[in-house]
Amino acid sequence: MNFSAIQNRRAFFQRITGGLGTIALGDLMARNGYGATAAQNPLAPRKPHFAPKAKRVIFLFQEGAPSQMDLFDPKPLLQQWHGKSLPPSLTKDMKLAFIKPTAAVLGSPRTFQKYGQAGVELSDLLPHTASIADDICLVRSMQSDQFNHHPGQLQLFTGHNQVGRPSMGSWALYGLGSESENLPGFVVLSSGAGTSGGTDNFSSGFLPSTYSGTQFRNAGDPILYLSNPTGISDNTQRARLDAIRDMNSLHQSKTGDEEINARIHSYELAYRMQSSAPELLDFSKETQATLDMYGIGKEPNAYATNCLLARRMIERGVRFVMLMHASWDHHSAINANLPKQTKTTDQPSAALIKDLKQRGLLEDTLVVWAGEFGRTPMSEIRRPEDAGNAGRDHNPNGYSIWLSGGGIKPGQMIGKTDDFSLNILEDKVHINDLQATILHLLGFDHTRLTYRFMGREFRLTDVHGEVVQKLLA
Amino acid sequence: MQRTILTCLIAAVSAAAQGPDFVKDVEPIFAAKCYGCHGPSKQNSGLRLDDRAAAMAGGYGGKVIIPGDPGSSLLVQRITGANGLRPMPMGSKGLPAEQVSVIRSWIEKGAAYPARETAKASAPQSRHWAFQPIRKPDVPAGASNAIDGFVRAQLAKQSMTPSAEAPKATLLRRAALDLTGVPPTPAELQAFLHDNSANAYEKQVERLLASPQFGEQWARHWLDQARYADSDGYEKDWARPWSWRWRNWVIDAINHDMPFDQFTREQIAGDLIPNATVEQRVATGFHRNTLTNREGGIDNNQFRFENVADRSSTVGAVWLGLTVGCAQCHDHKYDPIKQKDFYQLYAFFDNADEEDIDAPLAGELGLWMRQADQFEAKREELIASYKVREKQPAWEVDMLDAFKNPGRRTDWDLAWDCLLKLTEGGDGERIIKKPAAQRTAREKRILETHFIRNYHFAIGSKAYKEIKFDELDKKLGALEQAYPQLTQAYTLLENPVARQSFLRVRGDFKQMGIPVEPDAPGFLPALQKSGARATRLDLANWLNAPENPLTARVTVNRIWQELFGQGLVKTSEDFGVMGARPSHPELLDYLASQFRDNGWSRKQIIRQIVTSATYKQSSASRPELAEKDPDNKWLARQTRVRLNAETIRDAALASAGLLDVSKIGGPSIRPPQPEGVTSIGYGRGTKWEVSPGTDRYRRGIYIHFQRTTPYPLLMNFDGPRSTAAACRRLRSNTSLQALNLLNDPVFLEAAEAMALRILREGPASNKDRIALAVQLALSREASNAEAERLSRYLDQQRTLFAAEKTLPVPAVPGVDRAEHAAWTGLASVILNLDEFVNRE
Repeated sequence: MNFSAIQNRRAFFQRITGGLGTIALGDLMARNGYGATAAQNPLAPRKPHFAPKAKRVIFLFQEGAPSQMDLFDPKPLLQQWHGKSLPPSLTKDMKLAFIKPTAAVLGSPRTFQKYGQAGVELSDLLPHTASIADDICLVRSMQSDQFNHHPGQLQLFTGHNQVGRPSMGSWALYGLGSESENLPGFVVLSSGAGTSGGTDNFSSGFLPSTYSGTQFRNAGDPILYLSNPTGISDNTQRARLDAIRDMNSLHQSKTGDEEINARIHSYELAYRMQSSAPELLDFSKETQATLDMYGIGKEPNAYATNCLLARRMIERGVRFVMLMHASWDHHSAINANLPKQTKTTDQPSAALIKDLKQRGLLEDTLVVWAGEFGRTPMSEIRRPEDAGNAGRDHNPNGYSIWLSGGGIKPGQMIGKTDDFSLNILEDKVHINDLQATILHLLGFDHTRLTYRFMGREFRLTDVHGEVVQKLLA
Repeated sequence: MQRTILTCLIAAVSAAAQGPDFVKDVEPIFAAKCYGCHGPSKQNSGLRLDDRAAAMAGGYGGKVIIPGDPGSSLLVQRITGANGLRPMPMGSKGLPAEQVSVIRSWIEKGAAYPARETAKASAPQSRHWAFQPIRKPDVPAGASNAIDGFVRAQLAKQSMTPSAEAPKATLLRRAALDLTGVPPTPAELQAFLHDNSANAYEKQVERLLASPQFGEQWARHWLDQARYADSDGYEKDWARPWSWRWRNWVIDAINHDMPFDQFTREQIAGDLIPNATVEQRVATGFHRNTLTNREGGIDNNQFRFENVADRSSTVGAVWLGLTVGCAQCHDHKYDPIKQKDFYQLYAFFDNADEEDIDAPLAGELGLWMRQADQFEAKREELIASYKVREKQPAWEVDMLDAFKNPGRRTDWDLAWDCLLKLTEGGDGERIIKKPAAQRTAREKRILETHFIRNYHFAIGSKAYKEIKFDELDKKLGALEQAYPQLTQAYTLLENPVARQSFLRVRGDFKQMGIPVEPDAPGFLPALQKSGARATRLDLANWLNAPENPLTARVTVNRIWQELFGQGLVKTSEDFGVMGARPSHPELLDYLASQFRDNGWSRKQIIRQIVTSATYKQSSASRPELAEKDPDNKWLARQTRVRLNAETIRDAALASAGLLDVSKIGGPSIRPPQPEGVTSIGYGRGTKWEVSPGTDRYRRGIYIHFQRTTPYPLLMNFDGPRSTAAACRRLRSNTSLQALNLLNDPVFLEAAEAMALRILREGPASNKDRIALAVQLALSREASNAEAERLSRYLDQQRTLFAAEKTLPVPAVPGVDRAEHAAWTGLASVILNLDEFVNRE
């Protein structure tokens, strides 16, 4: 390797590890042909528009639309209307996914109590969430525009119902860069069944694929192609990488192309990822108390494992962890199936908050627990011959989610729905408002975090969204 | 002073009696607050207020002034911000109350305009470069290839000098990868290196242009733009078993160098060409690459609207290089594209329906005809034995009842909804509403198949199991497998009775605005109608018209982009005001006019480009250029270009001698991929079964593209997601790419095969074998330093593997296993080099 190549490399690595400080977003734009040119590491840590309250996000996505009136939003009147159609004045012009608005009401058998100093109302299916009542902010007035899963999930994660836009995690990474030397900045963990949105939920859309979510898988390699092939030991792999690096350097000194240095760097990161992932996945140093808190060990629970993994990831600098848990799509037999879902998810979700709190991480980590929309008070009956078969259809109006940590004002309930949880009465929070708020907590004015594509500036919040002041601490 | 007051007083009195006067009272408000956007020079949202007729006609959403009824007049609602509408003027909270009351009372009294002539609305005249006619610039003297003349003239202006020609080996690998996507074989390389004739390179270019792989390579670029995929997208993401039929058409058209105007005409309107052939109808499959959402509860009208809008936006992006999609919701912010322009384009596609047709390949029809009777007889037998015909009529009655009386039985409602979403091969709703006697054989088959598969929605799964329709479905499937079937194609078909299209206010499919007729955007040259109503064929002819300033420019720019890594207009998807300016406007016009005036030959333009000295330059960096022109805008050198995802795999397989290029076209293939890749999506019914035989080694263009769970390599290396037109690929450089190349079994298999090839075909000495390895993958000689480093690595491997118990390669008869493992490692090193995944 000649001297100038060494110089080049040194300069390159200084830049790539953020040695020259943070870079401006404008430089990234340049690569796309709309401005001046600058070769920069697209993942170098960057400063947001203003001081952030949250430095990282864990999004606990509850796929399939959890039923708000059975979990978060008590509606005693439903019992009285059970079996009857709602007044037509309420359901006029209503369009639902599978049922007609005249379908009979389904009462909820759940009991609710108030928890914590704020008296957050939660159902008997959520005893563990009850124990963190003072740490969460429950929003009961969420609004989506979509009542089908795929478009609904796209709206939740990309701000728009059509395929092709970047996911929230991609925007976070694009705006803030990554703080991890060894792991991807935006990680996706999944449990349960597949999701409607599939990879569209964490795609970088039109942003460079550098910002795409990297999926950690439950079976086989945690990251695709992470482990050495069978028969390749660490020594062999290192020797292979050394040879690749040297050969690349030789060629770099001949062509002078900086991109070759970037490739050398990405191979080194790949190697570090290979060596650090096993440590990440190794729970043997976690105390028994921690494992018990999450409910890990008794019986296999991928969601619980993922919650703990999420904490370990953010400890190691991952910017955005997205858990996808499927499915809450209880079109039938909701009274039998909903408890199964909460049994899997209630304890680990609460444990994550407690764990983050005891480690002082909750302060600057935003945790969001949300589905893509909610469910109807009316029943859906797919098999009339079976009485216990009733479920609930999709309803995008007035569903419930909770948030915690990272600048969220805890111990409060926001929003109000009508007596049937059919429509929002107070404090409507649109999906785009939620997104604006999440970006705000990360230090961004959502109208200014943009990317030019096909001649237009795009943003996570499409052309809408306002920061929800009531959510902020 | 007093006089003024007096005049005002008189005015007020007379206003009270006759209402405000337009000129004295109303127009001053309009002029100050409204004409800026709704006056003689601009008519945002189609509204013009200074001219009586125009004002009364209203805007895109319809009338805004209803004389005598200010409360119902949209104008009043907008200037007061009533009904939750955004107040006008834009950015204000509405007009002050006293101005509102003047306008209200003017409308109340009849909204009288004085009789007067107003200037005609100024025609939208844009000075933007891309909308001006294509010129035929004078070619700078002194260069044998005009391209070099234009480039050198610019270089001289920038005080830069071109680079020397790249070494022959580099040139051949470059041309081979650019034109065919496959690196040269050692024999091809040797032949070229030893050919000392003056036109040695030109001969290679001709060979590559004539290669069937040329069509595959350039079809891939077109597929990107057409958002080609083998599945529906969205939740269910069903596979589309016949997408490839259109892909065959593209490959074939490009291999035959179908003139681009014909290529355009057949894809835009093949079905409307008089006596259209099956192939011409297949060509319209371009527009069938839109996504389909089969989720329950999706509004079919909304979905149809989105598909038609997508078709319009895609045509705008692909042929015009314009972001017309922006005008779906409002007049374009930067470009002169009005919302009405978008819906005029939309109207062309609004009148087209989806139609699946028999599109047999050569040789299929005879085989099918010989056995069709037997197949039909056996099928009828099955249908009869399961009593399908006894049950279906009653089901149809109940289905239509559920349609007419929704909400009575949720199970039948669901069954009806599923008919709308899940019918395969045609429109279930249209068929069931047709009396049975009027249905075609094809329609009968479609409905019957749907009935057999989906009857359980209506009668419940228990009853369904009892009648064993699932068993019948399997038997029918097996029967189809046993008999020859005709290849199908997805096409467009013009609706015989023209549908009236409407502008949609704010792009909301439910908010009908003014009616629109199919037409070209107003700021571009006029479209010639063949009849009273313009057709898609007229649209195609307009795209091809010599006066169209965009089609030829946009197309040659994308060809250039694939040969230099970036276009002369870098934003090849956006020729609008916000897009990049051409670096070499005269060269662009020269190429565009050549293309347009000389038979629209893709091959000819490519030939001219790749034989230019500009193309043949070395791509090596030059320190003085790094400062002056880091982006290589002025082309003082070639650019190193990272290969596309598919090409990286193809090149690895080719180096290993595994790539199967014996067939062109045909159904998509599935190479091995790790388990679990498809399970992240909901559409898990689509199993990933690895293609048998050597099909798995076919080229990347044939890899099955499952939209929600794409083949990982394609995503890791920046392949498009196939949801919207992708006019150029970004090129990222990530560690996931490194892991992909290091550890993906597909690449290890290639390394293994390449090692065997070296051991079996290669010379005896290590040194010569290393030289062969480098030549196979990089098409060049290894330098001494490289050979030395690789040799050291090889020795190291041998030592390591001598001590290893498990070896990474299988035992192969006649080959020393540890030696095979060591050479596999060496092959893998070379297949991971930056140089390997680039063309220099």
